[in-house]
Amino acid sequence: MKHLSDTTPPPDPAGPDVPVLSATGISKRFGHVTALTDVSLAVAPGEVVALMGDNGAGKSTLIKILSGALAPDSGELRVGGERVHFANPSDARAAGIETVYQDLALADDLSAPANLFLGRERRRAGLLGRLGVLDNKRMQAEAEEYLRTLGARVPDYQAPVRMFSGGQRQTVAIARAGIWARELVIMDEPTAALGLVQTEQVARLIKRTRDRGIAVIVISHSVPFVTDVADRIVVLRLGSTAATLSPATTSHDEIVAAITGAATGARTDQQGSTS
Amino acid sequence: MTAHVPTSTVGADASGSDTANRLRRAVAALTSNWVFLALVVLVLAFSVQAGETFFNADNFRNILFNASGTILLAVGTAYLIIGGQLDLSIGSVLVFSQVIAAKTIVAVGGSAESGYPNAGAAIALGIAVSVAVGAAWGLLNGVLVTRLKIPSFIITLGTLGMGLGLAQVITKGTDVTGLPPQMVTDIGMRQVLGLPLPVWIAAVVAVVAGLVLARTEFGRYTYAIGSNAEGARRSGIKVTRHQIVLFTMMGALAGLAGVLDVARFTTTQVSGHSADNLVAIAAVIIGGASLFGGRGTIFGTAVGVMIPAVLNNGLVIVNVQPFWQTVAIGAILIVAVAIDDIKRRQQLRAS
Repeated sequence: MKHLSDTTPPPDPAGPDVPVLSATGISKRFGHVTALTDVSLAVAPGEVVALMGDNGAGKSTLIKILSGALAPDSGELRVGGERVHFANPSDARAAGIETVYQDLALADDLSAPANLFLGRERRRAGLLGRLGVLDNKRMQAEAEEYLRTLGARVPDYQAPVRMFSGGQRQTVAIARAGIWARELVIMDEPTAALGLVQTEQVARLIKRTRDRGIAVIVISHSVPFVTDVADRIVVLRLGSTAATLSPATTSHDEIVAAITGAATGARTDQQGSTS
Repeated sequence: MTAHVPTSTVGADASGSDTANRLRRAVAALTSNWVFLALVVLVLAFSVQAGETFFNADNFRNILFNASGTILLAVGTAYLIIGGQLDLSIGSVLVFSQVIAAKTIVAVGGSAESGYPNAGAAIALGIAVSVAVGAAWGLLNGVLVTRLKIPSFIITLGTLGMGLGLAQVITKGTDVTGLPPQMVTDIGMRQVLGLPLPVWIAAVVAVVAGLVLARTEFGRYTYAIGSNAEGARRSGIKVTRHQIVLFTMMGALAGLAGVLDVARFTTTQVSGHSADNLVAIAAVIIGGASLFGGRGTIFGTAVGVMIPAVLNNGLVIVNVQPFWQTVAIGAILIVAVAIDDIKRRQQLRAS
């Protein structure tokens, strides 16, 4: 793992122009339902891409493919220019891609540090470590340090995260993804259940993660949130890329129009049901 | 902490509240150990009431001896419950294992007339067989639960019936006897440093299991799986394998308890273990574990085992019908869970 306090992005060995992740010509069908048709998406280092679209547009299917939870029927994935095949989420994690699931996937009875290091625990040095003894002090110190670089805090480093508020739990989940991601963090609707202040906090976490040179793909339905955090908005509609927009030059109405299809006059009843 | 991180007032606040949190937690740990306090009060009450009849080394040795088998079962049950599983079959697995072990020892040990010439080897083999047979039942439970994706409550209800039934089929309903007396003198009643060997075995198992659960990756994964099995899986933890290991451990411990049981009574106890599962589960829950998984300790479990053991012993000494013990344990179980629940809700509201 990289030094947690190192906030300057490490020089990308593949060069700044090579996307951390690129998906080309991705298609996916579930039986008779076409979830994705020839979708392409590339994310540059330190770029925040928002994925928008109505329910059934194919957003969830796409990020499941990017995070290794689903295999595409056709199309290719490249990480840092290298062709990759993800058989499962562990493969994607090994490639430096972390995912924040909508349900957060936290172990509620464990502390924030224990959750941050879940499945990748630090062990004590020497014989004790070989016997599987954990180095809880070190994990807590590293967790505190990383959360500080994110400008985030949790109320208690020993309490189970069950005691935390929704926003605090979200913070733990995002921190867990950020601490391990070398290339990309994927977030599935991180603000869906949050209030205004907590949504702002999530936006700040995303920006801090980006500042560390890690790309972010975030699914969201919230236009204000997306225009706040994203460098680029990719709109999916009926399983295809409908538009790529710049939040700086696009009005909220135009974004909404792109999502609903009103802008192209191609609005139809949504048929996909795979979101 | 790295040097370039500025010490801001925010940082000072954080460490201040951290100290407060630690203090609050220490207080909470003390008061939350009211179950332990209850055990202490119980011991004091019987000591006052019965004096030296209760409060003497021999009697305490006796209490520990009686609790040693339950400790083994409760340790395995604690791991399973914390990992989000349940094993109802432990009594049957214990009986089945001890029947196979006893048959093995009788077959290998040699005849009583010639003074059991192979007793030593037979006993060693018997212990190994009992643990292995128990582990095999546990493995079966674990594989069935994880492969069929049927709740462990149902699977182990099934193997509960199968294990006991098969033990009865093998013994034709009569307990295995004719075991070499060395079984008792060398194992079951052997005194080591003032305590019976089974007590030492139970203590070592409990201490090691407690350390592994609290300090190691294996323990951490047990809590994580009990908390959120799907989340643990997504974190790269091999959940299925871990669950199978927990069931296998449980079976092995039941097998160990089974052969120690034989070593104490020189006979199997085919009909004597039908409530073992409930006793073990009650001990784990009284000790602070959640039946939904993710919470619990071996220390709490040990306290949860000792409370009924002390009650059983003390009530006899003060001339109260020992049947009251079951009544008391039932009440303690309900009170323990109720208090735990209230405190948890308070904590949630406080945060």
